[in-house]
Amino acid sequence: MANAANAPRQKVVISTRVDKVSTGARLTSSFRATIAVIVALIMLIPVAWMAMTAFKTRPDAVAVPPKVFFEPSFEGFVSLLTSRRQLTNDEIAVYQQRTDLGWADQIALIRGQAITGPSAFPRQLLNSLIISGVSTVFSVGFGVLSAYAFSRFPVPGKDDLLFFILSQRMLPPVVVTIPIFLMYRQVGLHDTHIGMVLLYTAFNLSFSVWLLKGFIDEIPREYEEAAMVDGYTRLQAFRKIVLPQATTGIAATTVFSLIFSWNEYAFALMLTSDAARTAPPSIPLVLGTGGIEWAAIAAGSLAFLIPVVIITFLLRRHLLRGVTFGAIRKG
Amino acid sequence: MSDVRLENISKRFGDTLALEEVSLHIHDDEFFVLLGPTGAGKTTTLRVIAGLEKQDDGHVYLDDMLMDGAQPADRDVAFVFQQYSLYPNMSVYDNLAFPLRSPLRRLPEGEIRQRVTEAAEKLRITHLLERKTARLSGGEMQRVSIGRAIVRQPRIFLMDEPLSNLDAKLRESLRVELKHLQKTQGSTTLFVTHDQIEALTMADRIAVLDQGRIIQNGTPFDIYDRPSTTFVAQLVGTPRINLIAAEWQDGAYRTPGAALSFARQNGAAAEKVLVGVRPEDVRPGAGDFRGEVVLVEPLGVETILHIRTGEITLLCVVSGLSSIQLGEVLSFGFAVERLHFFEMNGRRL
Repeated sequence: MANAANAPRQKVVISTRVDKVSTGARLTSSFRATIAVIVALIMLIPVAWMAMTAFKTRPDAVAVPPKVFFEPSFEGFVSLLTSRRQLTNDEIAVYQQRTDLGWADQIALIRGQAITGPSAFPRQLLNSLIISGVSTVFSVGFGVLSAYAFSRFPVPGKDDLLFFILSQRMLPPVVVTIPIFLMYRQVGLHDTHIGMVLLYTAFNLSFSVWLLKGFIDEIPREYEEAAMVDGYTRLQAFRKIVLPQATTGIAATTVFSLIFSWNEYAFALMLTSDAARTAPPSIPLVLGTGGIEWAAIAAGSLAFLIPVVIITFLLRRHLLRGVTFGAIRKG
Repeated sequence: MSDVRLENISKRFGDTLALEEVSLHIHDDEFFVLLGPTGAGKTTTLRVIAGLEKQDDGHVYLDDMLMDGAQPADRDVAFVFQQYSLYPNMSVYDNLAFPLRSPLRRLPEGEIRQRVTEAAEKLRITHLLERKTARLSGGEMQRVSIGRAIVRQPRIFLMDEPLSNLDAKLRESLRVELKHLQKTQGSTTLFVTHDQIEALTMADRIAVLDQGRIIQNGTPFDIYDRPSTTFVAQLVGTPRINLIAAEWQDGAYRTPGAALSFARQNGAAAEKVLVGVRPEDVRPGAGDFRGEVVLVEPLGVETILHIRTGEITLLCVVSGLSSIQLGEVLSFGFAVERLHFFEMNGRRL
């Protein structure tokens, strides 16, 4: 600060003019920011390492000591997305003479392999998208409706029902994998998209009902009542007044539901085999010939991470924004 | 024409009886006030009329049509809430237009614009139309929510303590405006309040509600001058009415210690009574009784004197600033024809 006469009488903690913020406050806030950045960096190390490994060659990936600087390669992605065949020494010699090889073939050839076709991974990723997307839509959709009912209507045995719904969450899912596996085999839901959507919806619903009920409880009933008196039915009032108010809650529930069904491993491993197999149980199985394909696994994990990152990024405004109810005056 | 009739409405919430045999008749163009303390059942009455609550017994008639099972939307009433009244994340204009855009009405946007502008002008909120409701002051919010009621011509305006969340100055000015609006528009209004001043100043008729029952129903004059119970007598009037327990002795009602005595009025024949004296009916300066001034509260337009005589402290109001000093001993009397006599259980004699 240039001179004391210009300085504010009281300590200014927040200001758009940097020169008016007191030195202490400025130091504290930059100290906090520094800590936050450091913590974030520590948290991001595994993710960054995974991203790096995805672009390493096989020897680089398992090098001791670990390599931080390396020559990037698409070897991991090629082994993730293709199925290959090991060539004999003679065949390698023949292949090396050929000029019609694509860049992927050339990468495979370095390892002495020839690409025989695409792998199952893209389809598994698609299965993951379909199953988790549809089940998220269902669990959030049904969740909003039943949370609204629980929040607004005198449902008989409401507390018991809510506890019953919550109690589904208390059960470790692994416990029921075998019974569900047997049931699904009987009714023909094994290895089907519908079966997985049903299962994930059932598991997410209890969670989304509770989460959304909290958000809807916060919305004063007076809004809907005003709308109903103003000439709208309850359903119209719900759509025009309650839903826009619950956006934050719906966004949060969507992200949580999506992440659960997107990451789910145990059920997917037991209940799907081929047609409806999702990505999580297949990524560790990208074991090529001879040893673990770390680069391919990292590449798969990276591809798997992207959709969730995108969704979270798109909804970040709703997630971050506090629950802002416009015209509330507490009396 | 608007005409609202409640017949023997009863409503329970679990074990508590919210309304007991409430009957009301609100006529066209009338400003009707429901007055009562918190929890008396005022809001429940409004909600039953609006259809937001279903009565357990009794009937609601709007314009002589039985409305017992009708949805709120079909009753064509307007409700002004105490709070939470504006739709958040909508502009003031959209808030005012919301009732007109209802699927029941489906007015063309041109007419909506005209009606909204008209209402906004009446309430002097034209400059706020484009603003979001979150960025309004309390008074502006209540104006908008009154505006949302007057954009259409409902059968009746139901107002649930619309002024009680505002500060005193604002409450006063909005009170005047509301009354003016009601008289110029000729709109039938049922106004709920716990504030006796609002009730007395605005009402054509008042019903006093306590514990779910209507205690008294009449004009502000009836309520103030002929309160039917001590409850009503204490509810209206500031400062509060003086209630003095007295016993029949030697041809007059006398207080214990015999500091005060009151002549018997029109056949009041009980042994023990409660005598109600409005503070303005205590006349200092001349009279049969003497007391000491223990507190003086000058309010400018009037002065409140606390006069102690024997065990009793009486409140007394004189107009303007008074020259009477603290500690002064003075004589006083009562406006005898304006005394109220109640039984010990509170009923008027």
